[in-house]
This record gives sequence, structure tokens and C-alpha cells, in this order.
Amino acid sequence: MSELRTDVVIVGGGLVGCAAALRLRERGASVAVVEKNQLGAAASGVNFGGVRRNGRKLAELPIAARALKVWRRLPELVGSDCEYAITGNIKVARNEADLEQIAAHAEAQGEHGVEVQMLGRNALRDRYPWLGESAVGAAYCASDGQANPRLVGPAFARAARAAGAELIELDGAKHVARDGGGFVVETESGRTLRGGALINSSGAWGARLAARFGERVEIWPMEPQMIVTEPAPYFMVPVLAVVGGDVYARQIPRGNVIFGGRSGTADLDVGFAKVDAEESLTTLARTIDIIPRIADLSVIRFWSGVEGCTPDHLPVLCPSRTTPGLVHAFGFSGHGFCLGPASGAVAAELALDGRTETPIEGFDIGRFSEA
Amino acid sequence: MSGDTPRVLIVGAGPAGTRAAETLVAHGVAPVVVDENARSGGQIYRRPPNGFKRPAAALYGFEARKAQAVHAALDGLRERIDYRPDTMIWNIEGGVAQALGPDGIERIAFDALILATGAMDRVIPFPGWTLPGVFTMGGSQVALKAQGCAIGDPVVFMGTGPLLYLVAYQYAHAGARVAAVLDTSHLSQAIPVFPGLLRGGRTFAKGLWYMTWPRTAGIPVRRGITPVAAEGEAALEAVRYLDRRGRKHRITCTGLGIGYSVKSEVQLAELAGCEMAFDPLAQQWLPEADEDGRALKGSVYLAGDGAGVAGADAAEVRGRLAALALLADTGIAADRGLQARQRAKLRRIMRFRDALERAMPTPFHMARTLPDETVICRCEAITAGEIRQGRALDPAEMNRAKAFTRVGMGRCQGRVCGPAAAQILAAARGCGVEEVGRLRGQAPVKPLAIRAGAEAAIEDRARAASI
Ligand SMILES: Cc1cc2nc3c(=O)[nH]c(=O)nc-3n(C[C@H](O)[C@H](O)[C@H](O)COP(=O)(O)OP(=O)(O)OC[C@H]3O[C@@H](n4cnc5c(N)ncnc54)[C@H](O)[C@@H]3O)c2cc1C
Repeated sequence: MSELRTDVVIVGGGLVGCAAALRLRERGASVAVVEKNQLGAAASGVNFGGVRRNGRKLAELPIAARALKVWRRLPELVGSDCEYAITGNIKVARNEADLEQIAAHAEAQGEHGVEVQMLGRNALRDRYPWLGESAVGAAYCASDGQANPRLVGPAFARAARAAGAELIELDGAKHVARDGGGFVVETESGRTLRGGALINSSGAWGARLAARFGERVEIWPMEPQMIVTEPAPYFMVPVLAVVGGDVYARQIPRGNVIFGGRSGTADLDVGFAKVDAEESLTTLARTIDIIPRIADLSVIRFWSGVEGCTPDHLPVLCPSRTTPGLVHAFGFSGHGFCLGPASGAVAAELALDGRTETPIEGFDIGRFSEA
Repeated sequence: MSGDTPRVLIVGAGPAGTRAAETLVAHGVAPVVVDENARSGGQIYRRPPNGFKRPAAALYGFEARKAQAVHAALDGLRERIDYRPDTMIWNIEGGVAQALGPDGIERIAFDALILATGAMDRVIPFPGWTLPGVFTMGGSQVALKAQGCAIGDPVVFMGTGPLLYLVAYQYAHAGARVAAVLDTSHLSQAIPVFPGLLRGGRTFAKGLWYMTWPRTAGIPVRRGITPVAAEGEAALEAVRYLDRRGRKHRITCTGLGIGYSVKSEVQLAELAGCEMAFDPLAQQWLPEADEDGRALKGSVYLAGDGAGVAGADAAEVRGRLAALALLADTGIAADRGLQARQRAKLRRIMRFRDALERAMPTPFHMARTLPDETVICRCEAITAGEIRQGRALDPAEMNRAKAFTRVGMGRCQGRVCGPAAAQILAAARGCGVEEVGRLRGQAPVKPLAIRAGAEAAIEDRARAASI
């Protein structure tokens, strides 16, 4: 079969991989992406769709700020806004201890330039009369928003392809190895790709690829489970999350409420996540406490997706410690949709320049072996 | 397996489910039988709600005796089976069926599963089909049988398949004004398969009778037509079509029943882990099973139209065969003679069905050329043009088209619009419809009331996933 030679080969065509491909083309580098499934259809295509800085760990705030700039430029960058809308985000506390915790975090975020406003019980009721009694207060971040995950990854893929990236899908990377000064990738179907640099953006499978280069990361699959209702009159503008993570919800203007909180199951060898409907019943019960009116709606679909979770819930986004030219960008621990566009760009810069302007301290793969 | 006899769950209490239950009981196995309807009989032998007085002969015509026999069979089993009407299975997961019944969520554990989930209307959208006043053939029947009313006055029936004539007959017989029967198939398609049709014997004779009946009643029948549009401001006022020679016609009506035979209900089979294979005649992905309805893996058996459409008589046969297969697989000695006779009968019916499908073929191709602005997915208001845009990233495929355009994402989960959408996408891609795949089945197979689900939650089974 054919052999393809590019400056960079990317393994994993999720949002991160596709965004990296687009950035590489912008920089004039040739690039090929291999995706074992469909482009942008794994975690990137099935996630909740929250684009937020509210409650985000401080270490991620700089890259999140960069991501926000990209989100706002989507129409010019990828030809569609992908239903990205700045709707605000409320993080709701159900008790005083939780409230104190988010207040402290809000203050720290303020020091990093992210404006987060605290809302007491009354203010919260006034603004969101649909909230249940159990909500005692919230942190509100006006600059947060949401987008349609099904559109974003593919939009980046399309834009990258239009810009000259070689995108291969439904064909996984089977063997990946050092090859002279660069890398060689053999695919399931027998294609050979050679690249000067290699980006590992293979999501939940990222640790497996890293292990081939002698780098160990404790990462486990997480399978957040999503629920969508039939359309209802539009009432909920901001994205809502509850401290503890057992309820998060958003409504799209056409009326469907999308929410989640518990997990399905996944077998990384099979490749996709399975729904555990019993778990979702629990989410239904928890969500009714927070948004009582959804009790009168019907669920039309459950789904789940798989993502890699690291011990500290921060991604692995760094040059390899063992292998020059190898860049890791995986393990986004359930909140990498927001970061995706910037993470891809950072990975591209690391592959070309070995460095990036964006602060990525805290994302180094070495942090796991040092511990 | 718990205890001596297997715990068997039968989903569907139509002709297939009923005969399966009866056969199991005859061999000492007492199944759980669930059906989302309040009364047994399935779609074809749907029973009116209690208190309705129309006699069986009026409701079921020639089939009255069969209908009554199927009803009586299930009624006679009620003491010996665990029968749960008004109960919808919304998911199947690891040997447990999750149901929503009158008392809320129920979990039904089983060792073996017989899916007798039947069929639903096959729809080919056309401009105006979402106007109030346009019903499916099945919907038209429900209105008549379960609600005792007609879908309009006058009424036109359009589509093809035996149901077209049967429903027209039932309507006229009940006193409704039927303005016309418009059939997309024509006689020339029946001629080559005539020998096969003759094998239908009595069934064929009855079919012919229904087909010729409207003319004797003064109702115009037009064959070889092409639907153009349903028209009206706020509701249906008229239907337009082209005749065989391409001449335009318009008929005033306030009710229009449309349908092209029926398609199998297969979502539960898919959730239960059945392998699916493309059936070229039905242009549908069906669960793979052997002649007796035994799925390729797991203790799953398929019976009736849910295993591929073959009609009510075949459903009774397949219900018995599925039960016999299940008994054999669980080591319970079953009646070999019965099995041989049922198999032979099924083969006869299948040959006839095959000829019938060819004599009155569903014009799947009509979906391919629908104007861009025609709504295909009515839940989400997605047009043919938007589905063609679903090709935005090749290779176009149904789940991808769903992701990009929302087709099949609404309340019906693509059960209504999926087949037409697949045709449109395939045409846009210039490939066979099997190449664009099928929408993956997902729970719940029908909308699930949140309040009922929440009340049944078992707390703290696992850690919460934090996002
Ligand atoms: C259900 C769910 C809800 C979420 N909600 C949110 C949210 O609201 N907000 C938020 O910010 N984040 C959210 N996330 C997280 C977010 O989706 C991910 O962090 C992000 O999409 C990661 O992008 P990715 O490109 O790294 O991963 P993916 O999209 O998973 O892409 C990795 C790709 O690599 C491919 N691959 C793996 N191995 C190989 C191989 N050997 N050869 C070729 N290809 C390979 C995979 O097929 C896959 O397509 C959620 C995640 C899930 C699962």
C-alpha cells in the first residue's frame, strides 16, 4: 500500500488532533491524521458541550483563556459557529460548605483574571426561578458558554482537510515506532505513514501510545453518561453544574435539555462506551432536586462516551520525556472539549518548535513518574 | 438459569407473542408477557377499549375468527402466565429488561427472551405529509378500531401493499366516505410473480377481493401513481398525484391515509445484542436469526413481524417456532411434529410474502428525489436538503448524518424517518442504501417519563463522574 510522508503525523482525530492539524497547516507544515474511528466522533463528538472556566483548576486557566479566543473566532476559522453561544455558567452549591468552597475558588480565579460572581440564595432565585429548593447559592461566570460537540470536531477536520491536511479515518494506528530521525506509523489497513514529529492525541487510549515510548501514566477510562429530553419551552439560559459533579445540565434554544451526572462503562479494546441506564435513573432523581420542572418531561435518549482521566484530573500536554519529536496531548479528564481548540494548537507548536507561549506547567508527563 | 424452568420474557402480545406463550405453557414453562397496549391482540388484531361495542366481524372483516382465536388464546393463558399489559420495555441490558408499567419502572430478569415486537408503518415522506389530516395507515386503523372515528371526510388512501385496500375497505364499511385509493404499484409488477402469489391460496383470494372491492362500491382505484403533495393552509385540503401517464390530478379530502406496508420494529433486538443484517427486499437492517427465529448469539428469539415482515398468519407460526426453539435449547422435550408442520407452513407463507412484496413493491426510490425543502424528520423538522448536507464529511453514513443534521434525533429516534433519510443520503452519495448503514439503537427505545425513572432510582451504585 501507499506510503505517506509528512512533517507531522497525528494519531487520534478527535477535536485535539483535528485542531492540531489545522494549526500545523496554518504554520505551513504538512500533516497527516490517522483516526481509527470517525473523525471527531469519540469524546469530542459526544460530550456534554460545556465550554467553561467556572470551577476550572487554576493550572488550566491560561490555556482556557487561549481556547476562548479560538471559540469566538470559529466562524472565520472553521466556517461555522458550531452553535457556540456565550450563555454563562452557574455552579450551584447545595450546602454552606460547598458554597464556601466555590466562593474561595471564585476569588482565586479573579486573581487570574476570570470574573466569577457569587450569587446568594435570593439572587439565585430571582434570576433562575426554575431552580429547586436545594440550591443555596452559586458561582456565576458570564463569559462561559456551550457548543454543539457533534459539529466542532468535524468542523475542524473539514477546515484542516480544506487547508491541505491528509485525514485518514476508519483506520487505526497499529504500530508506532521511532524511525531514523522521525516516526513510522503502520495502520490497521496496511498504510505506512512517516513523519518528522508525532502527536499523540489519542484520547482515552493516549496512555497506551505513551507506554510504547516507555512513558507510564496512570490513566483510567471515564464514561460520563448523558441524557437528553424531548423539547420543552426554553427556560434555562446558562449551563448549570452542581458542586460534586452529580448533576450538570444545559438547554438548547430548540428546547431539549441535555444533562448528566453518572457513568456508563467502557472497554477500551472494544472502543466505545456503553450506557448503564440504571445509573441514569439516579441522575434523573438528582436532577429533579435541582431543576424540578424537568420531572414532567420525557427522556428520548441516553448515551455515553469515553475519556482518559488522570490522577490529578489535569491533561498530559507536553513534549515527550523519552523521545524527541513526540508530543503528548491526551487525558483531558472530562473537561477537554473547552480546551480542545487551544490544546491542538499548543500540540502543533510543540511539534514544530518544541515550545509554546501558552503556559502548560502542570501538564507534564513526568509528574507521574516523579511522584 | 434459576430453578428448573427458564425465566422467559416475551415482549409483545400480538399473534406471535400469544402463540409463543401458548406453546411455552403447553410445555410447562410460564413466561412473563409484556405489551405496551392495554389489551392483547397486537396491531392487526387490536382490540377496542373496554366498553366499545363494534362486533369483531365489523372490526376485523375476514379475519374476525383469527382475531378472536388469538384474543381467546391469550385470555385463556392469563391464569398461567405473568401477563403485564400497559408495560413498555424501554431498554434491555445484560439479561434484564427495563420496563415502564402502570406502577412505574420494573426490572424483569430473564434467562431467555422472545421478541415479538411487531411492525410499524413504513412511511415515505412527500411534500405536505406533515399537515394535520395526513395519517399513516396504522394510525388510520387505530382511529377506527380504538377510537371509533374516521381520519377525515372524505378520505383518500395512498401508498401500496395489502393494507392499503384493507384499510380502505374497513373505512368504507364503517360508513366513512372514501374518495379514492391511490396505489403506487401497478399490475405489470404483479404479473411476473403471479405463480408465487397463487401460492398464497386463500390469503391471495382475500387480497384480490379487497383489491377489487372498491370498484364495485364505486370508489376509484388508481394504480401506478406518483404522489406529488398534500395541500392545505392549516390542515389537509387536497392531495395531488400523477397518474401512470404523468398527468396531474387533484382530489379534495380532509383525511389522507398513507403507507407502504410495514417495517419491523427492531430496536429491542439490537439492544439485546442481535447481529443486524441488511435485507434488500425490505431495505431494512434486520436481526439475524435462523428459520425458527433463533438469534445468532445469546438466548434471544425473534418472532412475528419484528423478525422481518411476513404478516399475521406467519406471526402465529413464528411465535410457535420461536418457543419450540427456545424449549429445545433449554433441554425441554418439545413436539417435533408440530415443529415440522409449522416450518412447512412458514415456508409456504414466506414464498407468498416474497411474491407479494414484489407485486406491490415499496417505491423506496421516491424518497431519493424528493425536493430539498421536503421535511423528512418531522420530530426535528429536518428537510431532504439538510440531509443531503449531512454529507459534509465523507464518507457519509447515517449516524454521521444524524450527528451533523439532527435527522432521527427526536422523539421517534429515526423509526419513522430513518429509512427515507438513508435513501436520500445514499442517493446523494451515489451508493446503495446498505452502504450508509443504520442509526444505532439507543435506549430508551421510546420516550421515558422522567418522574417515573427518578422514582425508581437506586442510589449510590457507583461513583459520580465529575465534569
Ligand atoms: C460524555 C462526555 C462528556 C463530556 N463533557 C465535557 C464538557 O461538557 N466540557 C468539556 O470541556 N469537556 C467535556 N468532556 C471531555 C471532552 O470531550 C474531551 O476532553 C475532549 O473531547 C478530548 O478530545 P480528544 O481529541 O483528546 O479526545 P477524543 O475525541 O476521544 O479523540 C481521540 C481520538 O483518538 C482516536 N484513537 C485512539 N487510538 C487510536 C489509534 N491507535 N489510531 C488512530 N486513532 C486512535 C480515537 O478513536 C478518538 O477519535 C466530556 C467527555 C465525555 C466523554
